[in-house]
Amino acid sequence: MQVYADNAATTKMSSTAIKAMMPYMESIYGNPSSLHSVGQEAAEALYQAREQIANCLGCLPQEITFTSGGSEADNQAIISAARFGARKGKKHIISTAFEHHAVLHTLKKLQKEGFEVELLDVHENGTITAKQVEDAIREDTCLVTIMYANNEIGSILPIPEIGAICKEKGVLFHTDAVQAAGHISINVKEQNIDMLSLSAHKFHGPKGIGVLYARKGIPLTILIEGGAQERGKRAGTENIPAIMGMSAAFCESCSNIEENSKKISALRDKLIDGLSKIPHSILNGDSESRLPGNVHFCFEGIEGESLLLLLDQKGIYASSGSACTSGSLDPSHVLLAIGRPHEIAHGSLRLSLSEWNTEEEVDYMIEKIPEVVEYLRNMSPVWRDLITGKKQFILK
Amino acid sequence: MALYSEKVMDHFTNPRNVGIIEDADGVGEVGNAKCGDIMKIYLKINNDIIEDVKFETFGCGSAIASSSMATEMIKGKSINDAMQLTNKAVAEALDGLPAHKMHCSVLAEEAIKAALKDYYDKNKIAYDESLFANCFHCEACEGH
Repeated sequence: MQVYADNAATTKMSSTAIKAMMPYMESIYGNPSSLHSVGQEAAEALYQAREQIANCLGCLPQEITFTSGGSEADNQAIISAARFGARKGKKHIISTAFEHHAVLHTLKKLQKEGFEVELLDVHENGTITAKQVEDAIREDTCLVTIMYANNEIGSILPIPEIGAICKEKGVLFHTDAVQAAGHISINVKEQNIDMLSLSAHKFHGPKGIGVLYARKGIPLTILIEGGAQERGKRAGTENIPAIMGMSAAFCESCSNIEENSKKISALRDKLIDGLSKIPHSILNGDSESRLPGNVHFCFEGIEGESLLLLLDQKGIYASSGSACTSGSLDPSHVLLAIGRPHEIAHGSLRLSLSEWNTEEEVDYMIEKIPEVVEYLRNMSPVWRDLITGKKQFILK
Repeated sequence: MALYSEKVMDHFTNPRNVGIIEDADGVGEVGNAKCGDIMKIYLKINNDIIEDVKFETFGCGSAIASSSMATEMIKGKSINDAMQLTNKAVAEALDGLPAHKMHCSVLAEEAIKAALKDYYDKNKIAYDESLFANCFHCEACEGH
């Protein structure tokens, strides 16, 4: 059996998305900036895609900027808000310690330019409270940037509450919704979100395409100079096939959110129940406020990369936040941010499901994963020290 | 996965000499759980010959493969031969390791040396301290 359980990394494209792309490679291949009919047909499609995505997010078409993906959208949102704030002497930015690196590294760059970045502490369950944001906001705060849902541990943050506070205090609010978009309901106006990033390949769309939503009136800083595409805010000929694929995938995901969420979270809960029986393990992230497809565990006494390699041999394709999978010696900053010690953080496993996973696949994982964990524990000197009482277990 | 050579995958999935030796003549443990790698080597030594060797490893695929290969390379050899084993030789025998995994082969070399040092200490055999480098000289672990 083969089980693709790495949908938080990327998803298989839907046939809806692929079908939506094909005409824009085969016949309507014009450049939307061209005046002739082939170009204008593409321009019309581009307009419709923008309108559809805006409808799904609850914003205006002109508030949508197409980017190369979530990372570019995060970069542009944060840099824009920082430049905008600096003009008024505001150079304080609030974020969290467990954002995606597209956010954290951009903030680090701004820090070097003299911005003050305050990273809020994340609770053990992988969330923060709106009160923490409220308490951190100052006169000179120019931006609050907080992810909608965490990419590793799947916890969902109280975005509407944070949005309401930012609106009340008059501070720009950006959310990296790469893991949330297409999976949980988002309405930027109702939830008081000023800027939002999303990426198509997380909801069965193509890779290399994403969206930056920015509320009308927020001046965007240009990161890619050139032609006047995207209202002059993002140069480069529009990737029409990818935009059409994204638009189709996003509409499909958004109209099926309830049904998919119900199905996927049932599979998720079954998987969580099954894996919770492994002794000395812990579920990371909040058990209630959690992405429908996310399952994330730490297993004491083993290391994540070897776990992934053995699961790969059993046909289970998963992810880990261990150091060895990242190419550094430090385990995931997300797990460290929620207070997992290094020893525990090294033994992590993320399984992320989509609506195309089945109950049989979940049963298969519940059967195989404990076997692999036990096999690795049996060759681990750390495990021997734990079971012989030389060292104390950290996890129950 | 193309990350590792076939040899690495072979030694990772079918590791040789896994286990412990209850009445070992020398035991060496290097690395730490914080960095994500620990290797423990057990030696049975008779007449200066390594008659048996076992290992336990907490770590990534290349750490397990390096331990397996290193134990194969010293089994049946003399103590002197075992002392000559280098991390480079272990990595070469595995048809290479990715650059950021070379520290796994360093751990394997040092785990064996630590076990031999333990044997010397237990049997009060004099030796040159400088032959036993400390694992934490390894650049990969610096700062931890």
